[in-house]
Amino acid sequence: MKSVIKGTGYILAHGPDMMLHNGTTQTIERIVNPDGEYLKQLPDHIRSFEDVLAYYPNQVYIGNVAPEELAEVPQPWYDKACPVNERYGRFGQIMPQEEFLLLMDACDVFDLVRMDTEFVSEYKDKLADDPIVDSSIAERMSAGTDPKEVARLVEEDGAEGLYHNGRLVGCVLRAHDIDPSLSAHVMLENIAYKASCVLALLTAVSNGGIDKDEIEYVIDCSEEACGDMNQRGGGNFAKSAAEIAGLNNATGSDCRGFCAAPAHAIVEAAALVASGAYRTVAVTAGGATAKLGMNGKDHVRKGLPVLEDMLGGFAVIITADDGINPEINLSILGRHTVGTGSAPQAVISALVTEPLERNGLKITDIDKYSPEMQNPDITKPAGAGDVALANYKMIGALAVKQGDIEKKALAEFIAEHGLVGWAPTQGHIPSGVPYIGFACDDILSGRIKRAMIIGKGSLFLGRMTNLFDGVSFVIQANTGKDKDAKANESEIRKMIAESMSKLAETLLADEE
Amino acid sequence: MDLENQRRVKEFAQQYGPENVVVLLGAAEGEASGLAAETVTNGDPTYAGPLTGVQLGLTVYHVCEPEVKQEFDPDIYDRQVSMMEMVLDVEDITKEMSAIRDEYCKYIH
Repeated sequence: MKSVIKGTGYILAHGPDMMLHNGTTQTIERIVNPDGEYLKQLPDHIRSFEDVLAYYPNQVYIGNVAPEELAEVPQPWYDKACPVNERYGRFGQIMPQEEFLLLMDACDVFDLVRMDTEFVSEYKDKLADDPIVDSSIAERMSAGTDPKEVARLVEEDGAEGLYHNGRLVGCVLRAHDIDPSLSAHVMLENIAYKASCVLALLTAVSNGGIDKDEIEYVIDCSEEACGDMNQRGGGNFAKSAAEIAGLNNATGSDCRGFCAAPAHAIVEAAALVASGAYRTVAVTAGGATAKLGMNGKDHVRKGLPVLEDMLGGFAVIITADDGINPEINLSILGRHTVGTGSAPQAVISALVTEPLERNGLKITDIDKYSPEMQNPDITKPAGAGDVALANYKMIGALAVKQGDIEKKALAEFIAEHGLVGWAPTQGHIPSGVPYIGFACDDILSGRIKRAMIIGKGSLFLGRMTNLFDGVSFVIQANTGKDKDAKANESEIRKMIAESMSKLAETLLADEE
Repeated sequence: MDLENQRRVKEFAQQYGPENVVVLLGAAEGEASGLAAETVTNGDPTYAGPLTGVQLGLTVYHVCEPEVKQEFDPDIYDRQVSMMEMVLDVEDITKEMSAIRDEYCKYIH
């Protein structure tokens, strides 16, 4: 059986106050350099919700602007207003912070989020009006807590404040007095993560026109960890998000692998469906508050707005073959093995050329590559260069080495087979998967035939191994429903016919 | 340069003697190469890591520089580095690295 991609969802949540209060660059600075220039200047570099709506890369992320259109817009992009500034898009939405904070409240099942009553009454209808947030979720919002009590919880009980426009509007309580894995900081991070994951799941289900009850398995592929001090990272964000999203027939589990996890998870989901173990599997991830404003110091120093103010989320729904939607070809899997080594050449060869060669394909047979799709507007001022472009240069250079293209055609190869990055630098979020929505559209419209999604992960960050990691897979046009099954059927018929004929011959021989 | 790497470079310099250590970089840009080279010679310019104010003066090269390339078995270099050599601005990297070496390296004669 084959597996196909039936729906995708891409969401962003604006979090300027979360960036100020929960991003690790800022929380560390508050400890080591509380009176420094950075923290003083930072509030002058915050973007409004209108600014983030009119930001080109955000509109690409939710599907309102095509990557090809973005490529035509000269960089940098932060100083240019995108003519499309819609909140909702073809693939998802950009949720404002006030609604997202209430969504966090709705996603909390341990009464840890306490929102100010005034804030709740001011914005609860706004969240309930969101077409993706159905009544079962809206009804989960609490009535609120007295603002004085919220302030007391933050000042005296170690709760982590939730802010909007600089005002304390709620808090997240610690879930244990001593356990650092259940501290208020960790709980805020995990509940914000879960809320963005729920929003992504609901969006993909809606976009794919899928009945929630059809989803049998959810794989979460973020970089967060939930658990207590006895099982820090015990997990199952997947099932907790599926519960709020109302996926009542689903079980699930978490897949981890730093930024490579989404690609691993999609391969696993495709294999689960192809094997017949589950008919419909959702792969999902939400956003990381810790990474908000990660490169804020460079952005502020260079006079830019702090561009890392968005939590990102995505979900991809994979189902059994329907004869129409693009399929995941499990024969063309690239993998970075323990023995591959960490030289870029070895990594790209393992992820790109090896699986293609094994299937008799050239580098140029893949129409579009989607490696690390970080928005260069964010990474270039931070000294990390254009990450997507660097990947394309490497793939192109390998194509030259293999003789697939001439060296002078390198720039042309990059323009034709590459994309510009548009995803927020939320670790796992930019890792190959932002293009899946567009890839499915482009394959269905016949513009392209094959796209390769490449996930790469820096495992050494966990200090358990110095190894790098990566995995790649190919999405291709549907080759026709049950073609494999029919092929097998005719093969079986042929085998039976041959056996019967041999049997008949034997019987005849015996008679003779 | 990553704080953990700074710590390890500092330890190696103490363990083997700074005159016996060569640092090989693989950074993707001239500027990033220059910053890493400065860190292991004149100290961490970002004042964040263990090499802040520590002038080790180590010998440092980028793996794409000609002096280093000639030390390699050409087959291994072709398999491991030649793709990146094609991608990187080797001229810019060499310029940055030479400037740092000329100014801060203590063990190149």
